[in-house]
Amino acid sequence: MTIIDVRTPDPKRFIPGATGDWEVIIGMEVHAQVTSNSKLFSGASTAFGNSPNANVSLVDAAMPGMLPVINEECVRQAVRTGLGLKAQINKRSIFDRKNYFYPDLPQGYQISQYKDPIVGEGKIVISLGPDRQGNFEDIEIGIERLHLEQDAGKSMHDQHPTMSYVDLNRSGVALMEIVSKPDMRSSDEAKAYMTKLRSIVRYLGTCDGNMDEGSMRADVNVSVRRPGEAFGTRCEIKNVNSIRFIGQAIEYEARRQIGILEDGGSIDQETRLFDPSRGETRSMRSKEDAHDYRYFPDPDLLPLEFDDAYVEELKTHLPELPDDKKARFVTELGLSVYDASVLVSEKAIADYFEAVAAGRDGKAAANWVINDLLGALNKAGKAIEETPVSPGQLGGIIDLIKDGTISGKIAKDLFEIVWAEGGVPAEIVENRGMKQVTDTGAIEKAVDDIIAANPDQVEKVKAKPTLAGWFVGQVMKATGGKANPQAVQALVKAKLGIEE
Amino acid sequence: MTDLTRLTIAEAREKLGAKEITAVELTDAYLSAIDAANGALNAYVTVTPDKAREMAKASDARIAEGKAGALEGIPLGIKDLFGTRDVHTQACSHILDGFKPKYESTVTQNLWNDGAVMLGKLNMDEFAMGSSNETSYYGPVKNPWRAEGSNLDLVPGGSSGGSAAAVAAFLCAGATATDTGGSIRQPAAFTGTVGIKPTYGRCSRWGVVAFASSLDQAGPIARDVRDAAILLKSMASVDAKDTTSVDLPVPDYEKAVGQSIKGMKIGIPREYRVDGMPEEIEALWQQGIAWLKEAGAEIVDISLPHTKYALPAYYIVAPAEASSNLARYDGVRYGLRVDGKDIVDMYEKTRAAGFGKEVKRRIMIGTYVLSAGYYDAYYLQAQKVRTLIKRDFELAFDAGVDAILTPATPSSAFGIADEDLAADPVKMYLNDIFTVTVNMAGLPGIAVPAGLDHKGLPLGLQLIGKPFEEETLFKTAHVIEKAAGRFSPQKWW
Repeated sequence: MTIIDVRTPDPKRFIPGATGDWEVIIGMEVHAQVTSNSKLFSGASTAFGNSPNANVSLVDAAMPGMLPVINEECVRQAVRTGLGLKAQINKRSIFDRKNYFYPDLPQGYQISQYKDPIVGEGKIVISLGPDRQGNFEDIEIGIERLHLEQDAGKSMHDQHPTMSYVDLNRSGVALMEIVSKPDMRSSDEAKAYMTKLRSIVRYLGTCDGNMDEGSMRADVNVSVRRPGEAFGTRCEIKNVNSIRFIGQAIEYEARRQIGILEDGGSIDQETRLFDPSRGETRSMRSKEDAHDYRYFPDPDLLPLEFDDAYVEELKTHLPELPDDKKARFVTELGLSVYDASVLVSEKAIADYFEAVAAGRDGKAAANWVINDLLGALNKAGKAIEETPVSPGQLGGIIDLIKDGTISGKIAKDLFEIVWAEGGVPAEIVENRGMKQVTDTGAIEKAVDDIIAANPDQVEKVKAKPTLAGWFVGQVMKATGGKANPQAVQALVKAKLGIEE
Repeated sequence: MTDLTRLTIAEAREKLGAKEITAVELTDAYLSAIDAANGALNAYVTVTPDKAREMAKASDARIAEGKAGALEGIPLGIKDLFGTRDVHTQACSHILDGFKPKYESTVTQNLWNDGAVMLGKLNMDEFAMGSSNETSYYGPVKNPWRAEGSNLDLVPGGSSGGSAAAVAAFLCAGATATDTGGSIRQPAAFTGTVGIKPTYGRCSRWGVVAFASSLDQAGPIARDVRDAAILLKSMASVDAKDTTSVDLPVPDYEKAVGQSIKGMKIGIPREYRVDGMPEEIEALWQQGIAWLKEAGAEIVDISLPHTKYALPAYYIVAPAEASSNLARYDGVRYGLRVDGKDIVDMYEKTRAAGFGKEVKRRIMIGTYVLSAGYYDAYYLQAQKVRTLIKRDFELAFDAGVDAILTPATPSSAFGIADEDLAADPVKMYLNDIFTVTVNMAGLPGIAVPAGLDHKGLPLGLQLIGKPFEEETLFKTAHVIEKAAGRFSPQKWW
């Protein structure tokens, strides 16, 4: 395979070394567990967290004479993911056996796809930024392929003094291996790639993206080179299971390789493991120890074939994906690129926002969702799915501002009450007397009282009109924040004789 | 009373239906015969008398209720390769010691659904790898046939040696067998029985211990063509659990038996005339041609030019698949485990102790041909050869040939522990020379007895048909059977 370098070296991504600048080259193989009720080739459940060996069929345990039968749902999900990656869908693909011995691999081979994967080349656009000028940089990362394969079981070495235990619950669960081209040039790009890929599969519902449950994990290929030179020797960091760790592992690994090269050494092609507690990668096995997997087409399975109509049908029912949604938020709702990016980062956030924005001002809804809701969720360490404030409640708050019932300031208090206690915003406002005072007589009296009580300030404001704000603040304070700020402002200025 | 074990399936079916005999009587007759003979012949590795009588009793009840199935009360032997619930299923290998599955293979389930009775499990070459039944962990099966005036023990062929011997020696009414390169047809030819390997995909492979998945196919061994037709009808089915099984209706094969072959075109492939083939095999072939001609068939010479590559290609493809299929026997979950100091040591000790010499040889060949750097030269090349072999047959059939007639084997049964064959495994592999092409092309092939050689040992002819045209084979084989007569060994055991 010829690898084409599609990127132009960019000095702002260079890593300075002792002897000059270096460029890091990153490619990723992401394993994403397919969202399906049963395994890739058996009817056993894929439910997470069941007791060991509860989800094991005769096929998963590789009993003599058992045969794999493809789960069509997994095929559907792989094709949908391929469509989401704007990739070529291969209407004919082949399952191969990857042969090796391991106790948690009952068949003695993993059924995977080798030469003819179900999905071919595609792309993901990642967005870096904003930079100090508020600009975003969009970068296209090539997808080499996506193929379906079986997950292995789990060996447990801490259950018995002399024996290892094997849990086959994961054995045979469908994975999509999504292979990128070596198109990334910084740890930030790699993190953005993983974030975007995760977002796409979650939008599609083809993988739940739960990295802490192992539903998504990455093998990260890292090499370094002098800018503009040929690719260097790469190391593969296996099974990195968080986006943060991906960044850390790349930073460490690039530094390690630069150190070796600057000392006159050379990089050994090897497989490495990332140790999050030390923030280091360490050697797992060298190229010489690499298995000869003896791939060959699985004779138990016919080639996987479907027609254009099948693909078209799936394409028709694909949900709106993050890039399209972002573009729509910007063009139709007038949101900034930044706000739109934040809102589409997770489908659940986008869905929440759209529910709030329906029939309301998009910008106001975006501000409330981003600044108030996401801020509060972040502070409380909660995910959007756990929000105590529903889109209906937040929409209710925004409506109360819009019709002048409450001020923006009161709205913030109201949000906190709804967050902590729940309830219907309009009723809370009514019951707790939080309504804005629009009675000009009452406000006028308050203004008069403040002016009368502060002759010194009145003198000062005549010299410096901007100090009128002090009077507005005093009036708001006296009315418990319920006075309409615009009305107060106007009255204060009128009474003090300040020109508009 | 006459010996009930001498009844064919068709005859027994009639007597059972007419309530002249009961399934229990018939089953007991076979169980007694097995008792008396198995010590000498070693055809069965396990006998299931209690299960057999229980099933026979249930059959009698169904017959009484008028609910008899197609094989109601017919006692069968089952090759040890078929998974049978709670019963010895070890592919006659040490590595599956004590293995009794909690499932029933689709083929055997089909038989039980039709009312058949299981007598026990039949001996075979270990993992179906062998042509003499000598690689079985349970020792060789003896052929019920001996050369005239000789008391030398002969092999029954393999790998379905137990199935063929049990059928020939009247130790079951019929038997299941499997054929990866000739494992049904060669033992049938060596024992004077009828064996058919149906089209790949005709019978489900689910629950049958795998040897080479793209070649393995189950089929029956029976006393005559009609019985083989009756058995295949029950064994065959599409199966959602085996995606290589084919969803085509299963014809009533028995109806084909006795039909005329007038006007049929029979191809005689010139490439099957191999060097060193005994004169009497050639004579037998000519005799077969004459019989078919007499019955009104047209004989045409055909060429299957890639035949000579079939055997070498087979001995790449089959071991390659086997090396992977047998990886699951690792001592971790079932069967034999020999403890070791660590996991790799345990694997090595278990597999060293668990597999016999021939199985190890094939695992090594298969591992080698799939290795990086050799894959293209061996495995890929063999797959190309396979495509060419398949095309040879397609061209012949496209030219109007209905079936192809060849010898079944290059010789009659040979001696147990033959020193020549033991010294050179390739000589043993040559036994499959006429049969492997059929597996490589996925076609149906039937072996039917056609005569005795100068030593008085049975010889068979093979008919090869178009995909899923087993009916053609049954009717043509029946013509040969009618002309040649039936052959039974002299009882010496």
